[in-house]
Amino acid sequence: MTAHDGPEELEAQFAQWRRYVLRRRELQSVDADELEDHLRGSVDELVAAGLSPDEAFLVAVKRMGSLDELSREFAREHSDRLWKQLVLTGDSGNPAAGPRSRRDLWVMLGCAAGAVASVKAPALFGLSVDDDGSFYARNATLFALPWLAAFLAWRRRARPVMIAVLVALFVLGAVAANVYPLADDSQSVVVTGVHLPIALWLVVGLAYVADDWRSSRRRMDFIRFTGEWFIYFVLMALGGGVLAAFLFNTFAAIGIVPEAFVSQWLLPCGAAAAVVVAGWLVEAKQSVVENIAPVLTRLFTPLFTAALLAFLVAVVWTSHGIDVEREALILFDLLLVVVLGLLLYSLSARDPLAPPGAFDKLQLALVVSALAIDVLVLVEITGRITDNYGGTPNRAAALGENVILLVNLAWSAWLLLSFLRRRTPFAALERWQTGYLPVYAAWAWIVVLVFPPLFSYA
Amino acid sequence: MAKDLVAASATPMVLGILAEGESYGYAILRRINELSAGELDWTEGLLYPLLHRLERLAYVEANWQSVAGERKRKYYRITDRGLAELAEQRRQWDTVVGALKEIWHDRTPLTARPLEGLA
Repeated sequence: MTAHDGPEELEAQFAQWRRYVLRRRELQSVDADELEDHLRGSVDELVAAGLSPDEAFLVAVKRMGSLDELSREFAREHSDRLWKQLVLTGDSGNPAAGPRSRRDLWVMLGCAAGAVASVKAPALFGLSVDDDGSFYARNATLFALPWLAAFLAWRRRARPVMIAVLVALFVLGAVAANVYPLADDSQSVVVTGVHLPIALWLVVGLAYVADDWRSSRRRMDFIRFTGEWFIYFVLMALGGGVLAAFLFNTFAAIGIVPEAFVSQWLLPCGAAAAVVVAGWLVEAKQSVVENIAPVLTRLFTPLFTAALLAFLVAVVWTSHGIDVEREALILFDLLLVVVLGLLLYSLSARDPLAPPGAFDKLQLALVVSALAIDVLVLVEITGRITDNYGGTPNRAAALGENVILLVNLAWSAWLLLSFLRRRTPFAALERWQTGYLPVYAAWAWIVVLVFPPLFSYA
Repeated sequence: MAKDLVAASATPMVLGILAEGESYGYAILRRINELSAGELDWTEGLLYPLLHRLERLAYVEANWQSVAGERKRKYYRITDRGLAELAEQRRQWDTVVGALKEIWHDRTPLTARPLEGLA
């Protein structure tokens, strides 16, 4: 080695060592700085004693001992670092990420404020939550979801065309919710109330994948986002419930009953803001906290499989037909949704390259038993087709959903089986699921836009 | 040197060195080496977590200074709390050392007769 390239080579070695140190979760960037200074002190001294920079570096690293031991010692003092912490206002140790996440925070606060304003704006025109409950029920998702979509579109730097599409879809949703002359007690109001949120959530999904909407990976990210968003939203709702209960009861104790404040301000505004805040939290923490949805899936997949198999055994044992009177079909739709959710969130957390394992077999059992139950239900329905089963929007929608989910799960079961027999790669299953998302969107829009006139606003 | 003894004496040692003036990790390690004539062989895994603990307990305070261009160095300085802690530790160590000296006084080392006391 010449004296000329010595320092550069040494710097490269320091950089490599630093990367090595930073791979440890117990050692943070400031610790790396401190240890690097130590190492440099050691190297300087050895060089002064006559070693070449190369040798000095080796000896100094050797003296520092193994990183395993070092990080173990650090972990004893900094055990908190093993708990990944969410830094909400920018990592002080990482100046590059700071301004970006602070800007995110401000944009999120702006969007949340927008959602709150949207909830309260109709009150200016004399529409109160108490008197016009159905107006608020129909439009509930239209208050907050556009703001969540706006936040995501901003984060993804959506192009003008994409923004125009998003705006158009939300306007379409508003038209569907408010233009049709639906009576408050009609079935169509309920059907629209269920399907409009699904349609609008998938519009949020479009905003989420705005940077690359064709990519299967991005769509899978949106599925992960949905699961985490839902969990965060539920947690915030629980916290909000506790807050409301305390507020109500403490004020009631001094003779002030804040009923109007809680029901007209705290709950609607809090819920609208929580929609945006939950989205921001998922975005901010996606690399910080383990995803919870896949963990729940792992827990509940065996339990649901056992429950479904027990139900099938009971049906065969008692030879009792499934009662599909009244709203039973919706129950079985929900069952398929749950099974699909379990499947999706296991997929979302699975390493696509891992070989088939016992859990994949369990999933196949889950899907097949759900399919078997659903086929029994459909057989029952076709047996009673004479009572004009598809005659109401409720039944038509439920039947349509059933068919859509059945097709999805049947093909998923086939792909799972091929995967278990090592005929197809796992990615095929993932692509099938992400490719299917537009089908849900299309169906939800059909139900919202076409069903009311089709069933003459019944 | 027994590990327990090294660990027990680590805090007063570091606080004592910092009481001489502000310093940084590598220099503290060098100083300990020097003071013990190489007998006390501290590792980085002992020193830095200890410094961080003392910082958390507010016995020392730290600040980053830049030396030689890009290079940053974390300097530690003892606080009033640290001085009080050092005084307390010193009192305890004086007691221990005094007692040991008392026991070992006038005896030739390494001629332990364990059963003597029972006789």
